[in-house]
Amino acid sequence: MLITELKSRETIAALTEGKKVFIINCVGCKEVHFPEKEATELQKELAAGGNVTGMITTDYICNPENMELRLQKHMDEIKAADVVLVFSCGVGVQTVAGYLEEKKVCAACDTYPLPGFQGVTPLEYKCDQCGECYLNLTGGICPITACSKSLVNGQCGGAKNGKCEVDSNMECGWERIYRRLEKLGRLDVLKCPTQVRNFATDDEVSK
Amino acid sequence: MKITELFERGEFVVSAEVGPPKGFHVEHLLEEAKTYLSGITAVNVTDNQSSVMRLGSLAMCKALKDEGLTPIYQLTCRDRNRIALQSDLLSAAMFGIENLLLLTGDHTKLGDHPQAKPVFDLDSVSLIHAVTKLEEGVDLGGNELVGEPPKFAKGAVVSPCSDSVDAQLAKMERKVRAGADYFQTQAVFEPEKFIKFMEKAKEFGKPVQVGIIIPKSAGMAKFMNNNVAGIHVPDEMIEELKKDKEKTKAGITGVEIAARIIKECKPYCQGVHIMALGWESKVPELLKQAGI
Repeated sequence: MLITELKSRETIAALTEGKKVFIINCVGCKEVHFPEKEATELQKELAAGGNVTGMITTDYICNPENMELRLQKHMDEIKAADVVLVFSCGVGVQTVAGYLEEKKVCAACDTYPLPGFQGVTPLEYKCDQCGECYLNLTGGICPITACSKSLVNGQCGGAKNGKCEVDSNMECGWERIYRRLEKLGRLDVLKCPTQVRNFATDDEVSK
Repeated sequence: MKITELFERGEFVVSAEVGPPKGFHVEHLLEEAKTYLSGITAVNVTDNQSSVMRLGSLAMCKALKDEGLTPIYQLTCRDRNRIALQSDLLSAAMFGIENLLLLTGDHTKLGDHPQAKPVFDLDSVSLIHAVTKLEEGVDLGGNELVGEPPKFAKGAVVSPCSDSVDAQLAKMERKVRAGADYFQTQAVFEPEKFIKFMEKAKEFGKPVQVGIIIPKSAGMAKFMNNNVAGIHVPDEMIEELKKDKEKTKAGITGVEIAARIIKECKPYCQGVHIMALGWESKVPELLKQAGI
C-alpha cells in the first residue's frame, strides 16, 4: 500500500503561478490512497484562475502504453501548457516525464509507504515512497532510485563514461538528470538550496 | 593553522595525502610523514579510502598534529549518519584540527566490506552545509551548541577532467554556496583540460589545488584509465612510461611527468595536492623539479 499526499499549497503555487497548466490525475491503483477531495478542490481553484489548458483523470499512468494512449487525445492541450502537473505516486510522474521529455513535468504529491501490497508497476521507473518527492528538482528523474547513493545534491565523482561506480551497466542517475534539465532549459533548478533528506517522513503519516 | 589563511596571503599551497594503515601501529607512517612531508603546507589523511577499513582519519590527524604537521581531516558520508559526522567534527575541533576535506565517499561495494550498509545520510554538499551550521553555533537539528562554535577551513573536491565536466561545475557551485572555502581536484594528467576547467571554475572565486598522482608504471596508468573516474592518462604518457623500464621502476619517469604537469597547471591555480599512493619519499624531489 502507499499513500499520496498533496504537496503544500505554497509548493504547488510556486510551480504553477503565472503558468499554463495541464493536469493529470491517476486514480487507477486500489493500493494507492489518493487525496481526491483535496486535489479536486485545488484543481478547481487553478481552473478558476483560467490557466488550466486541460485535465484528465485516468488510471495506471505508470503503464507507458496506457498513458500514451490516454495522453494522445490531449496533445494540443499539453503543448499549450507550460507545466504538466501530475497527481499520482512517484512512478506515475516519472513515466509521464519520460514520455514528455521536453515538457516541464511536476509532481503535485509526495508518496509515502504503508505496509502491505505495493501495487504492480511494470517497469524501470521506481519510487521509494520517500515522502518528500524530489522530482520537481530533477526533471522528473528520481535521484533516490536512479542514484546508487540516493544523492540529492548532484552527482558524486564516481561515474566513469557515464556509468555508475557500483554497476557498470547502470547509467549515472545524476548525469541523466543533468542532461534532462539541460534539454528542458532548466539547469537553473540545480541552484536550489542545499537539500537535506528527512528520514522521519514515515512518522508524519502515522501521526 | 587554517590553510585558507595561506591562500589569502597568496601563497601556493602544497598538500600531500597519507592513508592510515589497516592496524594501529602508525610509527612507520609518522616517520615517513616527518621525513618527507614536513616541508609542505599540510597533510591530508584519507577516511577509509576506497571503502577499505583502516585506522581512523581523526586519530591519525591528531597523531600527525602532535608531531608538528598540519593535518587535513578527510571526512566522508559513507560510514556515518549526521549525528556521528557532527560529533566527529566537534571532536576534531577539540583536538585543534582546523582543516577539513568533505566528501561523499566511494560506495561500500567498491571496498573490502561489500556487505556493509552504505549510509549516505548526508552527501558532500549537505555535509559542507552541516559544518557551516556548526560554525554558526547550531547543529543540523537546529539545536544550539554550548560555548564558542568551531571554525574550520572547509575543503571540497571536484573532478576537472571528468567526462561530465559541466555537471561537475554545477556540483562545485552547489558546494561553494553551501560554504566550501577551497577545492582539491581529482588527479590531472591532461593540463589542457584542467586549464579549460579553471577558466570556468575561477568564477566561483575559491582557491583550487590541482590534484597530482605520480604515475608508477604503464600498467598503473592503464588501470586508472579503465577503472578510476575522472582520470585519463594520455597515450603518449603511457608510451613515455614504457620506454625505459628501469627508469620508470625507479620512479624517475613518473616524477618527471608529474613535475611537468604541475608546471603547466601552476599559473592557473592556487596550489597542488599530491596523492603519492605510497611514494611519499618522492614528494621532495617532485616539488624540487616542479620548481616549488
